[in-house]
Amino acid sequence: MAVMSYIDAINLALHEEMERDENVFVLGEDVGVRGGVFLATKGLFDKFGENRVIDTPLAESAIVGVGIGAAMYGTRPVAEIQFVDFILPAVNQIVSEAAKTRYRSNNDWSVPMTIRAPYGGGVHGALYHSQSLEGLFSGTPGLKIVMPSTPYDAKGLLKAAIRDNDPVLFLEHKRAYRLIKGEVPEEDYTIPIDKAEVKRQGEDVTVITYGLAVHFALEAANNLEKEGISTHILDLRTVYPLDQQAIIDAASKTGKVLLVTEDNKEGSVIGEVAAIIGEHCLFELDAPIARLAGPDVPSMPYAPPMEKFFMINPDKIEKAIRELAEY
Amino acid sequence: MVTRHQKLGLDDTAVLKMYETMLLARRIDERMWLLNRSGKIPFVVSCQGQEAAQVGAAFALDREKDYVGAYYRDLALVLAFGMTSREVMLNVFAKSEDPNSGGRQMPGHYGQKKNRILTHSSPVTTQVAHAVGITLGARMKGDSAISLVTFGEGSSNQGDFHEAANFAGVQKLPVIFFCENNKYAISVPTSKQLACEKVSDRAIGYGMYGKTVDGNDPLSVYEAVKYAADRGRKGEGPSLIEAVCYRLTPHSSDDDDMTYRTKDEVSEAKKKDGVLTFAAYLREVNVLTEDIEAALEEKIKHLVDDATDYADAAPFAEPESSLKYVYDEKGEI
Repeated sequence: MAVMSYIDAINLALHEEMERDENVFVLGEDVGVRGGVFLATKGLFDKFGENRVIDTPLAESAIVGVGIGAAMYGTRPVAEIQFVDFILPAVNQIVSEAAKTRYRSNNDWSVPMTIRAPYGGGVHGALYHSQSLEGLFSGTPGLKIVMPSTPYDAKGLLKAAIRDNDPVLFLEHKRAYRLIKGEVPEEDYTIPIDKAEVKRQGEDVTVITYGLAVHFALEAANNLEKEGISTHILDLRTVYPLDQQAIIDAASKTGKVLLVTEDNKEGSVIGEVAAIIGEHCLFELDAPIARLAGPDVPSMPYAPPMEKFFMINPDKIEKAIRELAEY
Repeated sequence: MVTRHQKLGLDDTAVLKMYETMLLARRIDERMWLLNRSGKIPFVVSCQGQEAAQVGAAFALDREKDYVGAYYRDLALVLAFGMTSREVMLNVFAKSEDPNSGGRQMPGHYGQKKNRILTHSSPVTTQVAHAVGITLGARMKGDSAISLVTFGEGSSNQGDFHEAANFAGVQKLPVIFFCENNKYAISVPTSKQLACEKVSDRAIGYGMYGKTVDGNDPLSVYEAVKYAADRGRKGEGPSLIEAVCYRLTPHSSDDDDMTYRTKDEVSEAKKKDGVLTFAAYLREVNVLTEDIEAALEEKIKHLVDDATDYADAAPFAEPESSLKYVYDEKGEI
């Protein structure tokens, strides 16, 4: 099995899906000749041509809106928004249109479209190249939001998203692109979109998180193992709709739960995770639910010490797990 | 003598069918207001004053193959594209059998896949980008379908209009941007909506053909849209056609238009009503005889009565069915 980076796994998934199904096509800013500013679409233009790998005008609402129309016609667009920070002009098309098309037409029309966008900080991206905006879109029935943590998950989940008959917002942590490497099978496989996965078995404290923070949590857990603290880690993988049973099982297993997100604390998707645990696990809990998140400031500052202050990291997670273990 | 419509390649049967569609739309619309004012249905959004523009445009397309992205005043357009009177009334009564949304959306929010009418929402102008995407998808699959998408002059200020128009222009996609300029965006007149003289002036910015025509005259609209459709099919890209109409009713059943315009202005506009002026033309060229006219009115009255009775008696969807079709349910029983 090949070891590859997170972004190469995404690139491989796109190549495979475009080869498999001629209805799959890519559109977005710089996705063609340039192969994307992060090179996620590298090689697609040469292989599949300008009709299926479309460099669009710089206008996000049109990228998504035109994609919706093409999906209604029966193709499977994969739209790239260059940074999730730039997706806001397309919110009306995503929330009012893509997410509601099947429902409002009583199952007559559908939008089988994937919208890919890099998110997340720690790359000196400042306020508008660092954000985690999944909280803005969660709570939109009709839309699915996938945020893979590993190259293996990224390939399998992206292929599942492209084959899904409903719109999927596929958010990729940009710092994970080249930082995270892992084994990825050469053959075709998909991973079900609605399932969280236990990434580490443990007995003392449960961490529930997603995206790059899964790796921070794994690092923290390995350090704590030496102190005799055993950490259970659940990777949500899909942050909307949530895999409620997996959350209940993971929380109930240890009775002490730490929820981690890189997003601002108030209004983030982990608040909903806390609500599910609160509803279902009262008698299983041995400590208050703990949350570790970005501060409630508008976004991540640029200057390195300020950026580091905002970002979560393995040390912060380690400290939070230790506190819970000692509760 | 060669008539105006014959010069455009339309025979007598075709123009009579155009008139019939306009009249059917008008009579259904009038019935909707009666039903609303008698408390039978909660809401009406009207097509009156725009039938000529819509029917002229629809008849210039291939109604077996092309797509339309409608907006909420397009009753005559969707009738021309194959929606039936019963289906329209089921929509108005919000009944389960409504093919547009099964009673989920407000009346006038159209969508019917089998007739290639795109589903649309209430936030205006979003459908413009979808109509562009339809032609992108068609081109990718090697199909020759074109699309026509409608919107008002107020909506032509939305970012989605400009973004989608530019996209279509760059890609040379066969989309007809069809502005039904009815002079008012609820209460705000054109003078406060547009800095340019005509909506069609906006075409040049997107490298497309633009033309403004009299929206009360279905033949003028037919000619302009036919030209735009031919351009599209020849690979010459999109067009922006503006049909100047007048909204003869308030914005909706919840609006009072006398708070922002005068009775005199509306009365003046009624003299130019396309349903009346096209009938006058058809009488003048001896296509619409007294017998034909009486038979048409009789036929349409029967259709509207039947549709009203049918939809009134039809069941609502089960309340619990509100939970269905959030996502694909294939495979589920």
